[in-house]
Amino acid sequence: MKATMKTLLTRRTAMAAIAGVIVARNAWATPEQTREWLSAAAKGTPKEGKVTLKAPEIAENGNAVPVTVSVESEMTDTSYVKAVYIAADGNPNPGVATYEFTPLSGKAEVQLRVRLAQTQKLVVVAEMNDGTLYTASREIKVTIGGCGG
Amino acid sequence: MADDIKPRIRVQNTARKGEVIEVKTLITHPMENGQRKDAAGKVVPRMIVNALKVTYNDKPVMDVKLETAVAANPFMSFFVKVEETGTLKFTWTDDEKNSWTAESKIEVA
Repeated sequence: MKATMKTLLTRRTAMAAIAGVIVARNAWATPEQTREWLSAAAKGTPKEGKVTLKAPEIAENGNAVPVTVSVESEMTDTSYVKAVYIAADGNPNPGVATYEFTPLSGKAEVQLRVRLAQTQKLVVVAEMNDGTLYTASREIKVTIGGCGG
Repeated sequence: MADDIKPRIRVQNTARKGEVIEVKTLITHPMENGQRKDAAGKVVPRMIVNALKVTYNDKPVMDVKLETAVAANPFMSFFVKVEETGTLKFTWTDDEKNSWTAESKIEVA
């Protein structure tokens, strides 16, 4: 009896997991689409480093999740951050925001509030004026999704 | 509805030459993401603020492109380097090409 319960449970969990994957495929952007969105914006292979992505580990309300992105740079005429691309891999659309900086920005640090439909990963790619790319990502757990549906 | 939309900015009015100062902006806007359905089950069309341009003495400081994943009443904070006295100007534009501007004078002591 005990054994049947156990198999039943595992089977049920497995089914739920499969169903979850199918639903996610249909409604949400996939990590691949997010990668595509980012590579369309910034061509090349980004390296880890220089970018800091600050966000809560658990967001109670996905409607407005505070996110801070900062990129290490002198921000001078010869060396500055040209652009920062922010994407999310579990929203209906992968794009979140694109920032274009100039040396007049002084410091490549921005703060914004993001909508997250479910638990997912935020990915940031920073493009320097010489074309090098840096990236950082972070998983954010969402208790209540921000999709209004 | 467009009358309710009001930009707000917070930035200091004086600065030292070459100082990097923080700017906080917010515009009250519903940022309809085009996914939501109304009571009748019809999809509410997408209507978001899609751009914010920041200039200082007409020189570009920062351009932001916003997507549907930016929260309602988009809040943005960032930095600007001030070398001389001038005017910091902000322009928001939404999907219907409505635009709102705000200005703030900064004096370099």
